[in-house]
Amino acid sequence: MQYERPGTLQDASRLLVETQGTAFILAGGTDLLVRSKSDDFEADLVVDIKSVDGLEDVRETAAGFTIGAAVSCAELGAHAELKAAWPGVVEAANLIGSAQIQSRCTIAGNLCNASPAADSVPALVAAGARAVVTGPDGTRTIPVEDVPVAPGETSLGKAEIIAAIELDKRPPRSGDAYLRFIPRTEMDIAVVGAGVNLTLDEAGTVKSARVALGAVAPTVVLVDEAADAIVGTKLEDAALEKLAELCSAACRPIDDKRGTVDFRKKVAGVLARRAARIAYDRAGGA
Amino acid sequence: MSGIAVSTTINGDEVEYLCQAEETLLDVLRDRLGLTGAKEGCGTGDCGACSVILDGRLVCSCLVLGAEAQGARVETIEGMAQGDTLHPLQTKFLEHAALQCGVCTPGFLMAAKALLDANPDPTEEEIRFGLAGNLCRCTGYDKIVRAVQDAAREMNGG
Ligand SMILES: Cc1cc2nc3c(=O)[nH]c(=O)nc-3n(C[C@H](O)[C@H](O)[C@H](O)COP(=O)(O)OP(=O)(O)OC[C@H]3O[C@@H](n4cnc5c(N)ncnc54)[C@H](O)[C@@H]3O)c2cc1C
Ligand code: FES
Ligand code: FES
Repeated sequence: MQYERPGTLQDASRLLVETQGTAFILAGGTDLLVRSKSDDFEADLVVDIKSVDGLEDVRETAAGFTIGAAVSCAELGAHAELKAAWPGVVEAANLIGSAQIQSRCTIAGNLCNASPAADSVPALVAAGARAVVTGPDGTRTIPVEDVPVAPGETSLGKAEIIAAIELDKRPPRSGDAYLRFIPRTEMDIAVVGAGVNLTLDEAGTVKSARVALGAVAPTVVLVDEAADAIVGTKLEDAALEKLAELCSAACRPIDDKRGTVDFRKKVAGVLARRAARIAYDRAGGA
Repeated sequence: MSGIAVSTTINGDEVEYLCQAEETLLDVLRDRLGLTGAKEGCGTGDCGACSVILDGRLVCSCLVLGAEAQGARVETIEGMAQGDTLHPLQTKFLEHAALQCGVCTPGFLMAAKALLDANPDPTEEEIRFGLAGNLCRCTGYDKIVRAVQDAAREMNGG
């Protein structure tokens, strides 16, 4: 195996284009290096992107936030402005692993690992986040939900790198939240995750919303019909009930030791309802 | 021997080594540098026995490549005591009998140090969350939490 630590995206992309063998991008390594220990893992090249210029920080622009792909989740948690604007995204990112894992793990890595249970992904999808993808043919910006296509698989080309995750500037009266269910209180894989992001009008009525679920289908699910069910409401009980029902209906989960199909469906509704409530409170709704 | 030449700083000393691309920092510390304080419990980031502080942040050295330490500052358990003077955390671990077999202890001490460096006066809940990445099969954790609380008290002068 060859290890490279390029200083520019162009060099990183070139290394990936030129290699004949199997290549991997290394961000925090908390997925990749775990995988690398299994017997069937083979890599000819590992391209560490943590020294690539421009990937190491969170920039606040007029349009919103640009989170470099090498920024650790611990650093996201320490970014006061980002946390104030997107508390749901940051709390989801900060749920990943332990203090040790937080020091290394990235949201781009969480997304590209393409686990159905990735914690930051439903929050990012609910937030309408975009991935800035750089490759040999230039740069394209795509919705984050277009990155994972199946468990462990992404839509990225061989030499494509996510350079950053973009989040919009927040309109007034906006809030987001992410909740997951795990059998323990820490250090476990989500059985269900739910992210809700919404904006209220001046009267406290939901003006727009996005709802996304994790761990209940092969990839993250954006539940438009559930979001529609709370738009135009003040999250009265009937609206929350409808939201929960539509979320449960949108699930296509598996049975495993962590939870049955029925349990996952039920919990998806419950978590979506609770997350919507938290997002609403954060948006200043009464 | 061929390999990747790495220069780094470990416990304040400049260190140079050659390693293979697939070697982890834990492998390098233990097998090349003789720093066997960090332990391998799982090799997959779950147990924290291999915890070290890399550029001021707590990490699992089993999930860092040796090559990634180029230009970095690494702190290991071997640098915790100053000569014969133990760090207050080490003293309190002994006083509270916060270890039995000791395999998890270097990792817990590094994690506790990182926790107190960032948050000198943590609540019990913050300590338990802060140490959730470290597993112990022997103590039942309570004595570890008490030792960290006591060390924090002492380090805060009271
Ligand atoms: C003990 C432990 C606990 C964990 N707990 C959780 C948890 O609670 N919730 C959760 O969701 N996950 C958890 N994880 C999984 C993992 O920590 C996360 O998925 C993490 O966000 C991965 O980020 P990374 O930067 O470490 O990725 P890496 O391991 O560096 O990369 C992951 C994958 O993405 C690719 N990749 C990385 N960055 C890019 C990029 N910029 N462009 C293109 N491809 C890229 C890599 O090639 C690799 O295939 C845990 C892992 C461990 C070891
Ligand atoms: S050996 Fe590194 S976390 Fe267990
Ligand atoms: S003292 Fe034995 S594992 Fe903790």
